[in-house]
Amino acid sequence: MSLTETTYWVVGASFALYIFIAIRSRAGTTQEFYVAGKGIHPIANGMATAADWMSAASFISMAGLIGLSYNGYGGSVFLMGWTGGYVILAMLIAPYLRKYGKFTVPEFIGDRYYSDLARVVAVFCLIICSVTYVIGQMKGIGVAFSRFLETDYETGLLSGMVIVFFYAVLGGMKGITYTQIAQFCVLIFAYTVPAIFISLQLTGQPIPQLGLGSTLADGTYLLQKLDQTLLDLGFQEYTTSVRGSTLNMAAFTASLMIGTAGLPHVIIRFFTVPTVRAARTSAGWALVFIAILYTTAPAVAAMARLNIMQTLQPAPGQHLAIDERPAWFKNWEQTGLLGIEDKNADGLIQYTADPATNELVKLDNDILVLANPEIANLPNWVIALVAAGGLAAALSTAAGLLLAISSAISHDLLKKTFMPDISERQELAASRISMAAAVLGAGYLGLNPPGFAAGTVALAFGLAAASLFPALLLGIFSKRVTREGAILGMLAGIGVTLAYVFQHKGIMFIPGTSFLGNLPPNWFLGIEPNAFGVVGALVNFVVALVVTRLTAPPPHSVSQLIDDIRVPVSTGSD
Amino acid sequence: MKESQLDARREAYWRENLRWMGILGLIWFVVSLGCGVLWVDPLNRIQVGGFKLGFWFAQQGSIYTFIVLIFVYARVMASLEKRLGLEEPEE
Repeated sequence: MSLTETTYWVVGASFALYIFIAIRSRAGTTQEFYVAGKGIHPIANGMATAADWMSAASFISMAGLIGLSYNGYGGSVFLMGWTGGYVILAMLIAPYLRKYGKFTVPEFIGDRYYSDLARVVAVFCLIICSVTYVIGQMKGIGVAFSRFLETDYETGLLSGMVIVFFYAVLGGMKGITYTQIAQFCVLIFAYTVPAIFISLQLTGQPIPQLGLGSTLADGTYLLQKLDQTLLDLGFQEYTTSVRGSTLNMAAFTASLMIGTAGLPHVIIRFFTVPTVRAARTSAGWALVFIAILYTTAPAVAAMARLNIMQTLQPAPGQHLAIDERPAWFKNWEQTGLLGIEDKNADGLIQYTADPATNELVKLDNDILVLANPEIANLPNWVIALVAAGGLAAALSTAAGLLLAISSAISHDLLKKTFMPDISERQELAASRISMAAAVLGAGYLGLNPPGFAAGTVALAFGLAAASLFPALLLGIFSKRVTREGAILGMLAGIGVTLAYVFQHKGIMFIPGTSFLGNLPPNWFLGIEPNAFGVVGALVNFVVALVVTRLTAPPPHSVSQLIDDIRVPVSTGSD
Repeated sequence: MKESQLDARREAYWRENLRWMGILGLIWFVVSLGCGVLWVDPLNRIQVGGFKLGFWFAQQGSIYTFIVLIFVYARVMASLEKRLGLEEPEE
């Protein structure tokens, strides 16, 4: 069987599974549609959260970001940032919002800040964060299809949309939860199998996390060898090269951490478990399942980087001849992810840090995960599995985001703000219609990606960090913060972050409209735009607290609400 | 009378909760932004197996610690709820 045929079978089987689950788990009430009836076991919810949250970017791009663009140590910002957020979520956010016990994040903000306007502003922030995020997933689906199944991008994207449409519209949170559990199993298997093989081949150690610290066949440590090879070619050392400055690394890590704790599609997953206690353990399980991928990724990054370097330069001073390059190399050149240019016309590929003489002119981050099985000569079914895993990661995150968007529209805007008189049945119908509209809208944006689709995922984290996270945190931990403070704080936080990103990367990312240029010397304290969420969050906190001092305190009912959500048992029920 | 006792227990619960958040939050900061970013250079002078220690914290150790922190917090809070009689009924 050819590779494409195998891939069709594996991906087809995974899709059949998702559809089967969708048919089995239709939602009958709004409670099932929004929060899966609050009956999900904490371990099951942990798995669903892991799939919800690990996107196409985590699966396909992250190892490459660490291993190539961020040259090793610099990429640690993603590893610490995207896992450390779960500690904040488990201690500072999830238990109290679960106790609050309703359906959406804007709903909490509206009640806590006793204001319809606060709820609408929260919906606005939620939609900005989630839409920037979902475009990346839609692109991921189209790209995975076109690379592995040899369809064109549009066909791939439409197939993915049909699948998501099916289970998200029918089953809401209930259907999404069960498919996400299946998708987690597919994606984690697909990620770890090639990693185990490559670790065995290089170090003889089957556990990649340990392989990263093991010795190669020649007795030197893998990381030492990698450091040395990179230094020889004029790059910085792998284990110590800092991204920007120490301050930039700290800001980037902190932005991703608090962004994780402020992303609505992650928070609402914790509304689906039966108790506050379950919400806490569920966050722990989610991180266990996420950590399987996140501790494997740095091993994949270092090992695949070393493999590529040794393919190009088998020994110091010896270079790969263009005519002798392996089959996988030629295959990935056709997709545009790899590119060579024989600048000195000697028939050899010189790979160096100097752009003037480097002949490996294109080395895309995604290549590290996508081509890994081929570089390591793994069988076809493993390569097919990587395709199914990438699709599972993109589909599960897209579905979670779409639910967050559609429930904000049908519940917070329609039911809570503009049409409070609609019945439960009408609201369920409205939530299905807004889900269908969200899927179509996301598909449209995936087919016609706006200019700002480029760095979207990291941006979504920055925006969530700067807008929703401070409002939630202050809402739980302070009884004094007022609606005026929260509303102006959210607007200031998201405004400052967007303004900073736009002034360096162009308004709506349109090239040429950036008035400061994306130049490190112009960065505020040397902090890059993707890392700016933490500064936006600080602005949000300061504005909220200052405005609070100038406005009348919240009514007594707010203080009662806060007392109630802080403790698992309500006062009346003892 | 019963009302005020319950209020006292709820206040004690929240104070204990804040205390544990402080302790675990400090460890959270130390292993990630501390060992992984701010003090990475001195730690990198210590070699453990094939790893420089600072690099290991940044790419492996911090993540393992985060998992432990969440489960410790979950366990501490569950036993606190039991002690103060603030457990939720099983659903």
